[in-house]
Formats: sequence, structure tokens, C-alpha cells
Amino acid sequence: MNLLTALARFLIFPGLLFAVPAAWLVLWLERKTVALLQQRIGPPFGQPFFDFVKLLGKSTPPRAGVNGTLMRAWPLIAVSASLGAVGLLPVLPSRGGFQGDLILLLALMELPAICLIIAGFSSRSLFGEIGSAREAVLLISYNLVFLMAVVSIAVSQHSFRLESLATAPITAWRYLGLVAILVCLPAKLHVNPFSLPNAEQEIYSGPMTEYAGFELALWQLSHGLEWIAGVGLVATLAVPPSAYAWIDVISVLFLGFMLVLVVSLIAAATARLAIDTTVRFYWQCTLVFAVAAISSALLMRLRS
Amino acid sequence: MNLWKRMLCACRRRSPWIFHMNSGSCNGCDIELIAALTPRYDAEQLGVLLQGSPRHADILCVTGPVTRTSAPAVHTVYEQVCGPKAVVAIGSCPASTNVFIDSRVLVGPLDKHIPVDVFVPGCPPRPDAIVKGIAAAASLLADRTDSDACAEPPAVSAGNAEEVQS
Repeated sequence: MNLLTALARFLIFPGLLFAVPAAWLVLWLERKTVALLQQRIGPPFGQPFFDFVKLLGKSTPPRAGVNGTLMRAWPLIAVSASLGAVGLLPVLPSRGGFQGDLILLLALMELPAICLIIAGFSSRSLFGEIGSAREAVLLISYNLVFLMAVVSIAVSQHSFRLESLATAPITAWRYLGLVAILVCLPAKLHVNPFSLPNAEQEIYSGPMTEYAGFELALWQLSHGLEWIAGVGLVATLAVPPSAYAWIDVISVLFLGFMLVLVVSLIAAATARLAIDTTVRFYWQCTLVFAVAAISSALLMRLRS
Repeated sequence: MNLWKRMLCACRRRSPWIFHMNSGSCNGCDIELIAALTPRYDAEQLGVLLQGSPRHADILCVTGPVTRTSAPAVHTVYEQVCGPKAVVAIGSCPASTNVFIDSRVLVGPLDKHIPVDVFVPGCPPRPDAIVKGIAAAASLLADRTDSDACAEPPAVSAGNAEEVQS
């Protein structure tokens, strides 16, 4: 991947220029789905954009010292990390990529969650600390399954390169891994059955309680970009390669849209689980999927 | 710059986030405020979201005649809302202390403590009147240019307050 392709992927497609409006669309879809299921009209189209601009125009409380600087830095790091993750997605296969970029993608997808944890603790708010502790527990519980599923996909194709994973023919084992990733997505995006860290009826906004104005706008944008990165990872790996690039792009966008709808529907239809139930769900129930995926992938590799 | 300001005004009008503050209310107005956010009245059509943290809110919705114990909390929460901000007084209690007038535990009405932008009268007011009051506060907010109202000292400004009839 030369510098020009890298910049084009980061800034134009699927990076900044595409991902930011797509993030707002996803955030709107999330709220609209809940509204439609509750038989109301819901927010107008473009509501997340209005919220974003309004938050940019609001003042932030004065914060002095290193703590204040760090509190400003965390949302910026989260947004840039998730933008980088979106930029790495192989939506257009054979347009760049390098050996091991799957590992970089996983690291960049983890970074916003870690920023959120640190941000909650550095805000020194009681609710922020509880939210951060919950986010940390959630991170430990879903990541075991998530990483095993990703490793199983990579092992079955003998590669940690996203482009070769996206262009390789798809086996049944990969779908097993993708289902395991999909089960982890609601926890990764903290939407409803696993909305523990920002449980607004219990701990207000969790780690974001002390954030206002510009910083809160960035946190919202980072949440939208996390949606794009998570859904995009599943969609790009699930769509079989075709002869034309534009068919690939359209089918990835369509599948991503459907996945957003499915996750939002699940979020709208479920209530929040307690923290111990969440951990038990991932470590006892979902782990079976991941172990099946990784062991079958290893077995297939031994046979071939 | 002018275009940015116009866009900011439009976005402020279309995205009022509210924070609900009870200053010793009998719970009647609180129930009606919650009813305004339910699917039947669906305030989210106007972009209204109930926020848990006053830091995230634009509009402070206060119910209740201000009691002596809740007055410091009203001041604290008002300072915690970041500017530009607006205050909606919901019900007759924050406007005039209503039937609790001359009670020795009250230090109200509300506009003795913080500037109030919109009064929604009623005991309790109907949810649609509350939604209308929030919308009126949102359009006041759109034209408000002071970007840092946090530093502004609380002052009485009931004279130019707008009143919403249900």
C-alpha cells in the first residue's frame, strides 16, 4: 500500500469523507428503529448531525492541569482510532493492504473502548468510575470470544491480511466465526442487552457524565464510527468476492445496512442484562461458538 | 462565519436536550413531563432527549416551588449546565409557589434564584403544553449568542419571560 492509496482510504473511502456521514446515518437508524418499534415517529432525518453541530457550539466547563488536557485528549484519540479502523476495512479488495493489517485493525477497534475506560476514571466522577469499571468487565467478557472468532477466520485462510481474507473463497467455518463476531457486536457498541457502561437509568451516562460540548460531540462521533468499523468488518468478510469492484461495494453497503437494522432491532426489543449475566453469557454460552470455530479451523488446516 | 452561525442556530432549535430537576414538587408535574416524552406525545420528533447529566443538557426543566433544602441544589445544577442554556419552569409552583405560598419551608418562587425563560402554567400542565414550552425555549436558545453562560451570575429576569398557555 503506497502513501497515496493509504491517504485515499483514510480520507475518502471508506475513511473520513464516507464514514462520518455514514456514522450519523447509523446513529439515526438506531434511534429511528427504537421509535418505530414503540409506534412513534421518532427523530427527524439527520438528527445526529443536528446534535453534533449543536454540541460543537456549546461551551465546555473549564478544566485545568494535566487532568483537563487528558480529558480533552481521550475523545480525540478514540475518534482517530476508529477512523483508522474504518480506513483499513477491505471494502475495495486489491486496493492496498499489508501483511498483518488485521492485527492493526483489531488494535484500533479496541482503542476507543480503552479510551472510554480511562476517560471515565480521569473525569473523577462517581458515575464515570462505575461506568468505566463496567466497561472494563464487559471488555474482558466479550473480547475472549471476539478475538477467538477473528483468529479462527484468519487461521482458516492462513493469513492475517484483510485483503486476502476478503478475496478468498468463503467456507462454512468462516460463517461460524462471523456469527460469533456478530454476537459480540452489541457488547462492543454498548447497545441494549449489553448497555451496561452507559446505563442511563442507573448511572446517568457512565464514563461520559462529565463530558460536555465539543468533547461529547466527539464521543458520539466515535460511537458512530465504532458502529461502522464493527459492522463493516463483518460485512466485508461475509460478502463473497465478485468480478467487479462496484458489486462488492454495493453488496458490502447493503449487508452493512441490514446488519445495523438487525442489531438495532435486538437493542430495541431487549432490556439491559445485569453485569454477572453478561459475563456468564459470553464466557459460558458464546464461548462454545468461538471454540467450535477455532478448533474446526485448526482441524481444517491440519487436514489440508 | 455567518453561514456557520445560521447552521448553529438551526441545529440548536432542532436538538434541545433537557434535564429534569425536581425542587420539591408534589410529583404531579414530574409525571406529566415524563408523559410528554412517552410514545403518545413523542417529544423526540422535535429532537428532545432527556439527559441524565446536566452537563449534556441545554434546557433545564424545573418543577416544584423551591424548598429551602433544594435551593442550593437548584443553583448547583444551573451552574453545571453548559451555555447557552435555557430554563423552563413547569407548573404553577415554580412560577408562584401555588398553594404552598407563605409556607415557612419555601424560598421560592424559582425566578428569585435563577433566570427563567419560559413558564408553563398549570397544576399540573398538560404534556402537550410542556412540549410547547420546551419548543419555545429551544427557539429562544437558537438566537442566544452568549457561548459561555456558565460564567454569568444568576439574575432575576422574569420581566421578559415568555408564557405558554395550554
